[in-house]
Amino acid sequence: MPLLELQNIHTYYGGIHALKGLSIQVEAGEVVTLIGSNGAGKSTTLKTICGQTRARQGKVLFDGQDITAMKTHDIALAGIAHVPEGRRIFPKLTVRENLEMGAFSVTDKSVIDEGIERAFRFFPRLKERINQKGGTMSGGEQQMLAIARGLMMKPKILMLDEPSMGLAPILVEQIFEIVTELNREGMTILLVEQNANQALSVASRGYVIQTGEIILQDDARELLSNPQVREAYLA
Amino acid sequence: MLSMLPQVLVDGLTLGFMYAVVALGYTMVYGILEFINFAHGDLFMVGAFVGTEVLLTFEALGTLEGMNPFVAFFITLIVAMAITGALGVGIERVAYRPLRGAPRLVPLISAIGVSFLLQDLVRFSEAIYRNEFYLNSPQLFTGSLELGFATVPQKAIMVMVIAIVLMIVLTLFVNKTKWGIAMRAVAQDQSTASLMTINVDKVIMLTFLIGSSLGGATGVLFAQNYGTIDPYIGFILGLKAFTAAVLGGIGNLRGAMVGGVIIGLLESLSGAYMGPLTNGAFGAEYKDVFAFSILILVLLFKPEGLFGEAVKEKV
Repeated sequence: MPLLELQNIHTYYGGIHALKGLSIQVEAGEVVTLIGSNGAGKSTTLKTICGQTRARQGKVLFDGQDITAMKTHDIALAGIAHVPEGRRIFPKLTVRENLEMGAFSVTDKSVIDEGIERAFRFFPRLKERINQKGGTMSGGEQQMLAIARGLMMKPKILMLDEPSMGLAPILVEQIFEIVTELNREGMTILLVEQNANQALSVASRGYVIQTGEIILQDDARELLSNPQVREAYLA
Repeated sequence: MLSMLPQVLVDGLTLGFMYAVVALGYTMVYGILEFINFAHGDLFMVGAFVGTEVLLTFEALGTLEGMNPFVAFFITLIVAMAITGALGVGIERVAYRPLRGAPRLVPLISAIGVSFLLQDLVRFSEAIYRNEFYLNSPQLFTGSLELGFATVPQKAIMVMVIAIVLMIVLTLFVNKTKWGIAMRAVAQDQSTASLMTINVDKVIMLTFLIGSSLGGATGVLFAQNYGTIDPYIGFILGLKAFTAAVLGGIGNLRGAMVGGVIIGLLESLSGAYMGPLTNGAFGAEYKDVFAFSILILVLLFKPEGLFGEAVKEKV
């Protein structure tokens, strides 16, 4: 049984039919990527999973549970960490407070401290910034904080929405290295990217989404060499 | 004329601390919902009535006389805070939450409705229960501290001490505790906060619980300090506390505290000196005009207030 499964999801924004019968699966331990152009429905897919927009039809199953109608905070509690597009860190909270909020559901103080230590191991820059307000940091640092904050709840799956957006190439490289490293430690990751080349090189499988529909799904390596994908997304 | 200045300052501070604590309620709710809870002043009024009824009950039972005034005062304070806190949470649940997501004017009108409802409910029940709706609160602290240059009534000291304690506790709560930080997180970004497993509805409830009980506590302080209360005291005091919140920068806790003290001092100063300075053309009765002129000036020239940040349109 897959860890996360979307079955025939239809989502609307007002009158716009944003997702048209979308089905995807993520197995535990995988890195799965969802690639597609701007407006194809990538972010909507993640928002539908975490309950920020509602599917009008279809089901979202997670860890054997139907989470389609659950509230966002309960979905997060079930073990889904969503690192949203544009990072969305709390600008007026310090780095430490941001991390503590990521661990809001964790009651054991020592687990929180361990989580913060772990975040510093992955992102040493955050340690220097621990008492700085989130909003005063650079885009790359904010992205690191957003990912670190997502990890604080010890999720079963990490969903990353365009983590490379607006970052300098060297930082993009770093972010994808961290994705690989997290996966090596056993983290399941659903990665949404416009940067298809990078995303497919760290993923095991990929889905190509176009105007709300999955038009292709395959092993990441196959997709990378697929002429249709190369022309549309890797050019 | 200057000889009365210390006294004017003492009176102004007493008043200002009350505005400050009530202003916190406005600013906390605004910080999270961007909504002005116009019924907040009336929760203050309910607190004054609950506190006074507790003391009147003690008096009727004959227990007030033998009681340590501090004990009586704290019981009164706790009961008033518990009831107004619960009332605030109930009002949010019934009158505001169903309107979340509606245009901004809608909950505002609902709040004004709640305000009238509270005033008339208190008036109605007091009229039935006591045949009158003006109450005189039993006075717990009648002594005063003679400083030579000013007389500080004990009750004014109590007002200031309690107000300062409440403000310190609130500041510690918001800055140091998990739920306090969650409150700030929700104020900054609700939808992201819910991704952190934070139950936004619970945080909003907590905000109303704290804000309303602070308002209720101030009602008790007011009844002790001024003696007489009626169901309409929440209106003007609420407006002035709101002015204080705007002056400090609405949504900003420190701003509400400083704004409250400034408004209280200005009101006291204008009440005392406007008459003499204008040869009696404008007397103390114009002191309210003064507070609201400040509101207009702030809105015209520094709408973000003393401590607020200039608002950027949210994308």
